[in-house]
Amino acid sequence: MLQSAAPLYDDLIPGGSHWSFVMRRGHVLRLIDETGGTNVGMLMYNPENPLERYNMPDTLKNQHTFLLTSGHVLLSDMGRVFASIIRDDLGWHDTVSGTCNADLVEQRWGQKTYQEAHNHYHRNGFSSFLNELAKYGLGKKDLTANLNWFSKVKTDDDGNMAYVSDHSHAGATVDLRFEMDTIVVLHTCPHPLNTASDYPSHPLRYQLFKAAPVTDADPCKISSPEATRAFANTALYHMMQS
Amino acid sequence: MIKQSILKPENASFRETVPAGEYFLKIVKAGETVRILDLEGNQAADTLFYNAHNPTERYSAVDTIREQGNVYLTAGSKLRSSENNVMLEITADTCGRHDTLGGACAAESNTTRYALEKKCMHACRDSWLVAVTEHEELGMTKRDITHNINFFMNVPVTSDGGLTFADGISDAGKYVELKAEMDVLVMISNCPQLNNPCNAYNPTPIEVLVWS
Repeated sequence: MLQSAAPLYDDLIPGGSHWSFVMRRGHVLRLIDETGGTNVGMLMYNPENPLERYNMPDTLKNQHTFLLTSGHVLLSDMGRVFASIIRDDLGWHDTVSGTCNADLVEQRWGQKTYQEAHNHYHRNGFSSFLNELAKYGLGKKDLTANLNWFSKVKTDDDGNMAYVSDHSHAGATVDLRFEMDTIVVLHTCPHPLNTASDYPSHPLRYQLFKAAPVTDADPCKISSPEATRAFANTALYHMMQS
Repeated sequence: MIKQSILKPENASFRETVPAGEYFLKIVKAGETVRILDLEGNQAADTLFYNAHNPTERYSAVDTIREQGNVYLTAGSKLRSSENNVMLEITADTCGRHDTLGGACAAESNTTRYALEKKCMHACRDSWLVAVTEHEELGMTKRDITHNINFFMNVPVTSDGGLTFADGISDAGKYVELKAEMDVLVMISNCPQLNNPCNAYNPTPIEVLVWS
């Protein structure tokens, strides 16, 4: 589902960092867990109208799932598809646990300031998101439930949540094919339920590819009637733009 | 967890019936208790909470479930804000379980969940958008509409990662009661959903009571 094997761009984001960019429709964002154990917090917005955002409840309930993996689509609150998960090596990614904040990071891993640790200081997901959102004129009101790539949180019959350690391995890969232009905001701060004794700091390699055209038999497009209808809404959105 | 309230309706300082498809908006002060009553059974009350003095701080489903380590809400649940502060605590619950993962119905999600031509059917987000636009003094817009609680809804998560919409476990006369830990703006859309069998395709009124 890639048009060529060679990435258009390749970059490494250190652990405990944040970054953002606009993904253009028809391109693939490949996320690679370089060392194993990474967590990638992510938010998504429509650059044309940032009031359109990734919507966790709509994504889950439309696909009758608590986890995210290949075949699933990531829906906006406007019934459209930001991105399709066209490859996933792990089978389970979290989108219900939110992100770590300054208090959580300090309580669990201690405070490490920029003054003492320079760029190894302890960043948190909440502040990281706000830092990147501000670059687009967005802020606290735009924060919403985020994705946590490479992290698994399961539940028992009573709804008790359990974070699964050692879920992701070095080289684990997720490919997201963007069906709309999308502001992608991400951080590599620890998952909020990670109980590691040292501040988990694992990098993310990401690569950009041109996507092959989406056919009517595309596995994500036909994965459910709900996904097919979300693709139809997305096609309608694009109709006047081509 | 089933927990009965000791509060008597005749002592409430405020009572209002909210028909299906209507919104409800009220500030509940710190220390006050608010009860949402399912008058006829299996009616979803889609509810958002905001810090009454700064609506930028609002109910957060993900912070709430993470901090309590459980995806369902019931008596004892502390409802947390986007700043991870406790906004309210559920102090009584005769239903036993409430959903906060399924979100609210919207014209747009009705198109994907049910059929493209369902887009003009009234939905919860319509009610909230009307609420914030009719109350400009709140300074709120679509930007403020986030993930909500579905009181009286049962959305079980399975151990292998499935999400199911089960038959309701509520019934006529069941209620949930919350004590405010800060001054909160309560914004309810009494769900008008006509496409979901959980309410037998018949949305019904709720009642809201407050004790000072």
